[in-house]
Amino acid sequence: MLYFDRVSKEYENGNKVLCDISLTINKGELVSVVGHSGAGKTTLIKMLLAEEAPTEGVVSFNSDDIHLLRGKDMTNYRRKVGVVFQDFRLIPNKTAYENVAFAMEAAGRHDDEISEDVPHVLDLVDLKDKMHHFPHQLSGGEQQRVAIARAIINRPEIIIADEPTGNLDPLNTYDIVQILKKINDLGTTVILTTHNKGIVDNLGRRVITMENGRVTRDQKSGKFTM
Amino acid sequence: MKTVLWKRTILAGLRGFYRNRTVSLSSIFILTITLSIVTSFYLLVAVFNYTLEQVKEKVDVRVYFTTDATEQQAIDIKAKLLGLNDVKSVTYTSREQALIDFKKKHVGDQLTLQALDELGNNPFGASLSVIAKDTSRYEAIADQLSDGSGLLGDSKGIVDKVNYYQIKDSIDKLNSIIGWTNTVGFWLSIIFVLMSCMIVYNTIRLAIFVYRDEIAVMKLVGASNMFIRGPFIVESLLYAIVATIITTIIFFPATIWVTQKTVFFFEGLNINAFYTAHFIELTLTLLAFGSVLTVMSSFLAVRKYLKV
Repeated sequence: MLYFDRVSKEYENGNKVLCDISLTINKGELVSVVGHSGAGKTTLIKMLLAEEAPTEGVVSFNSDDIHLLRGKDMTNYRRKVGVVFQDFRLIPNKTAYENVAFAMEAAGRHDDEISEDVPHVLDLVDLKDKMHHFPHQLSGGEQQRVAIARAIINRPEIIIADEPTGNLDPLNTYDIVQILKKINDLGTTVILTTHNKGIVDNLGRRVITMENGRVTRDQKSGKFTM
Repeated sequence: MKTVLWKRTILAGLRGFYRNRTVSLSSIFILTITLSIVTSFYLLVAVFNYTLEQVKEKVDVRVYFTTDATEQQAIDIKAKLLGLNDVKSVTYTSREQALIDFKKKHVGDQLTLQALDELGNNPFGASLSVIAKDTSRYEAIADQLSDGSGLLGDSKGIVDKVNYYQIKDSIDKLNSIIGWTNTVGFWLSIIFVLMSCMIVYNTIRLAIFVYRDEIAVMKLVGASNMFIRGPFIVESLLYAIVATIITTIIFFPATIWVTQKTVFFFEGLNINAFYTAHFIELTLTLLAFGSVLTVMSSFLAVRKYLKV
């Protein structure tokens, strides 16, 4: 499904953040990417989102080179990928409902579909009673749950979660991980970057360990080891 | 689908305009100041043109006839003058009217009036006041009048004098002032338009700068460029509409106040009446100017953050 073929990334100042990465992520997998700060996890995620382009190698989704996609093709690709960020990145002047509905509106979904699906998804993340709250009226955990609801509303093929629990307390961390696990159980590929040893060890799924821009370990059912 | 897209874009724009009140108000404030400058310039040009027209109306070339010229001869020449392309109007003053006008002018001057009485008969000849369509054409008209083989033909003997050469310097000076003001006015308009463009572009750019992270998120959740741009364009249009309304309302009392202060200075010019008479034209111009500027600015400002 997702392929990294000899991918390297070097910035103009000579800083090499990714070195010769080759990876395959299959449909339905839950993959944790672990590593110290600066190991290259976020750059890897940015490449999947086409926010950064590799200096060498190819990143492809099915048979398409992600970084050659333009205009409508890029928009369509992004609708197949749901993203959850550490800092939530909700639109501050939209309510929880509107933040989730925005992703559906952007995908050109019908109003009836939106009014039916959004409360349902917010109910899934246990936020139905707060759907008309603005982000600043919600706690960190609640904001992250809105971000997850936004990420899954268009039934994407992949969910990318970049340090989704980095700003949360243990209780909220547990909730978020359970939601991501449930999403994966329903068949969606989930790619998770984290520093949290507890999360990775409890999941017991595939773990990719990165160090200095290289993949140093790729275990089918691994633990957090560095 | 297109109707749904329009509805969503307009609703999102209205919602953004209301929810980001601080940004909306500051943008409207700056835009109102810019449109007020444009309106002031427009009114200033109107006042200047009016004053210039008044001066132009006061300039004429006079053809004085000898006392033995008949009224019919003067009227024949008036008809010939009206046939010229350069002539706007010709006014005939009879000998009798010239005498009345002279007496009126010297009503307190007993010595002059007594001298006039002693002459016994009317010493004044009839005259024609010729006003040209353009002040630069007076010389051509004067040439026609002074040339025997030209417009006057056989009637040359009845013309006492043509006063063009006495007022030539004043007319030349007026022509150079008109030329100079046209050039200055043109460059001033260019400077004002450029200044307005820069102010509005930077205001909108700052307003959109606040949303740069949101625009990136919108891109990442799969929104197309037009879907992201739409609400910002609607918001910008609202800024232009509200700023135009405020500007046109402010200028009602402002022009009344200016009229009260300048009514003695600009004899016959009522700035408020001029403003009211041109209200619709001015409102539409401001609206078009503001809308084009804000929409273009918002289009360009958002483009910068769409490159995700």
